[in-house]
Amino acid sequence: MSSLRLPRLIRPARRFYSGAATPSSRLNIPIDYKTTPLLHHTSSSLSESLDLPGSTTSKPLNLYQAINSALRTALAKSDKVMLFGEDVAFGGVFRCSMDLQTEFGSERVFNTPLTEQGIVGFAIGAAAEGMKPVAEIQFADYVFPAFDQIVNEAAKFRYREGATGVHAGGMVVRMPCGAVGHGALYHSQSPEALFAHVPGVQVVVPRSPSQAKGLLLASIFEHNNPVIFMEPKVLYRAAVEHVPNEYYTIPLSKAEVLKPGSDVTLVSYGQPLYLCSAAIAAAEKALGVSVELIDLRTIYPWDRQTVLDSVKKTGRAIVVHESMINYGVGAEVAATIQDQAFLRLEAPVKRVAGWSTHTGLQYEKFILPDVARIYDAIKQSIEY
Amino acid sequence: MSAHILRRLPRSQIRVPTRVPRRWSGSISQRPGSDSVRFPGAVNSKFTTNMTFINPTEGPNIPTYRVMDSDGVLVDKNRRPLDMSNDEILTWYKNMLTVSVMDVIMFEAQRQGRLSFYMVSAGEEGISIGSAAALTPDDVVFAQYREAGVFQQRGFTLKDFMSQLFANCNDNGRGRNMPVHYGSNYPRMHTISSPLATQIPQASGAAYALKLEALQNPNTPKRIVACYFGEGAASEGDFHAGLNIAATRSCPVVFICRNNGYAISTPTLEQYRGDGIASRGVGYGIDTIRVDGNDIFAVYEAMREARRIALSDGGKPVLIEAMSYRVSHHSTSDDSFAYRARVEVEDWKRRDNPIIRLRKWLENEGLWNEDLERDTRDKLRKEVLKEFGDAEREKRPPLREAFEGVYEELTEEAQEQMKELKRILETYPEEYDLRQFKDGINGL
Repeated sequence: MSSLRLPRLIRPARRFYSGAATPSSRLNIPIDYKTTPLLHHTSSSLSESLDLPGSTTSKPLNLYQAINSALRTALAKSDKVMLFGEDVAFGGVFRCSMDLQTEFGSERVFNTPLTEQGIVGFAIGAAAEGMKPVAEIQFADYVFPAFDQIVNEAAKFRYREGATGVHAGGMVVRMPCGAVGHGALYHSQSPEALFAHVPGVQVVVPRSPSQAKGLLLASIFEHNNPVIFMEPKVLYRAAVEHVPNEYYTIPLSKAEVLKPGSDVTLVSYGQPLYLCSAAIAAAEKALGVSVELIDLRTIYPWDRQTVLDSVKKTGRAIVVHESMINYGVGAEVAATIQDQAFLRLEAPVKRVAGWSTHTGLQYEKFILPDVARIYDAIKQSIEY
Repeated sequence: MSAHILRRLPRSQIRVPTRVPRRWSGSISQRPGSDSVRFPGAVNSKFTTNMTFINPTEGPNIPTYRVMDSDGVLVDKNRRPLDMSNDEILTWYKNMLTVSVMDVIMFEAQRQGRLSFYMVSAGEEGISIGSAAALTPDDVVFAQYREAGVFQQRGFTLKDFMSQLFANCNDNGRGRNMPVHYGSNYPRMHTISSPLATQIPQASGAAYALKLEALQNPNTPKRIVACYFGEGAASEGDFHAGLNIAATRSCPVVFICRNNGYAISTPTLEQYRGDGIASRGVGYGIDTIRVDGNDIFAVYEAMREARRIALSDGGKPVLIEAMSYRVSHHSTSDDSFAYRARVEVEDWKRRDNPIIRLRKWLENEGLWNEDLERDTRDKLRKEVLKEFGDAEREKRPPLREAFEGVYEELTEEAQEQMKELKRILETYPEEYDLRQFKDGINGL
């Protein structure tokens, strides 16, 4: 049921994957994470944005190191935190749990048998007795065997227990998600919309290392609700920024306005925010428009007010995400905008998202949103 | 180790961590000329040149442990005496009678349309009450749905049962669950959920949490988790997941399978072809026993020993397969004579039954008689009917309970939807009857 074992592949020539730009590309050029304005390249911009005390120290980390730092911080903060999943003991296939078993012992950091429904069921039971289990599903593509445990059990646990007061709110299920250029059908998926249809769970997608640590610590310690925590795996090594060394949190269910603007509102989350940022730079230069960029951060329950306030100001909205357009997060955001900001809209709400197909190996760059498609959506919205 | 990762990952994602030793300290290599296997997957296997497939039908079946026969007589005259008091045994008997009396009344009430649904546990009272009697109040229970006796034995009152069945404002489940989905904070019996077998890996995780707590805080009493399910549920993937993970993580959990011969209409012959559920426990490396579920002494003794084993060696799982016969219909939505002969059921009812068997033992000991039986049944019937009437008259919980408890706090979206529902109720009052709900429209 779990991963179909990928055969050993002969390493293909680099040009075959990650959507390499054509020589003439002006929009679809690779994201330069070293210069993107979305990452905190200095400690000073970090402390301004996170409102941290002056004594806070930070260091540059990539996303997997930031997750590792969050998990280490959590394990040190409370002996109720435990970490498990497939292959987490030696450090994890993406290195997120490096050294944690050595530091915190094999009772709290351990491998499970290869069974996703078992991992999530185990987490629910441990949470119900007061632990704070952080379970890892190796790829979001393999969460489906655990769908029953998440939808029927974790999400409904508090509701059905009622007056007994028992709940499974201490649990977090982490999973790497999103496309990496060559993950094809089962190493590319972003199933956040499926979980957003389930009352009782919180769904979180961070965009950067500092955000990932703050949101993960908030998911573990500041909410007694089961959290589905989806980590865009293409950022594990690519995105590097300053991350506070100590414990800090970023509130869930709160969106962030990344860049103010007056003509169009762009709403996204996770990795596509970098594409949005590049498209905005091109559009503002070429079209003379001003675009507001919002990071949803929590997919559900989501911060409707921040989005509505923005759209009421700009009159135009575009939602961008990797997962399929049909019944995706964009549908919910667009319908809410239409319902609550109808008289302020000057153009239809646009959705730039994956086409309603599977991520065939060779076709990824044609299926997922890119800078050109986002740029085009801005243009169309403005010219409507 | 690195090869294992490669199976899952596109190659470019991988960088093999340098700190991982090439070979773990515990790893073993094949010695030249060795007579036994040194493959890491099975380190204690001898080589053989005799090609033999293991045929599951050839070996002896796992025996069924029993203490007393169907006449209520202890089978082994040389065994040590039962070490529970007569008072305790009388309590078990009365608890079995209570569940049985309640079952008949509630089944009938459902037939009269006064209750939406019901499931009796006729024929299985010995399993639930006998096993629960071996637990401490600190132990944690995950049940399937045919374990009313566990709740009865652990202090659930008739008022608790009736409040849940009528989903009124005193219901622990706040009117949210179907009847028979009982739950209690202490002694902890997690609220029953309908999806089958989901509680099995949860029980493993809960047991692991209890083990960790005992390690971190040696002053806490040692606790186990007891997890109940039927033989049909054992076909679910969650059974496999739960037992395997409990074994690999050494969890102090006792799995109790009620093998009553049927999963709704499906007989066990269509459920599995191995030697019941017990034979699988061995495959997972779990201490396993099969007991006569109609013999409450056998169930109690097996459970008490299972609890001891579960807490030994730092924790380990145990599997008990308790054999019985589902003498009732599956539920009030089922007519079991559509798939099995009435005479077969009548035969089981007459021939063997946990209540009659214990009654015979009590009578042989001079602890029970016809008069006590009649008076006790009359008294229980009156008590059940009183609580039935009281519960039926209680209001349903306030309407806001429909929205609360989804998250720890009401979301802004939920508050908006509650307001919208209130507006609808106020605009179309003739369309909705709120008199049954506590505080009427103000309960929203």
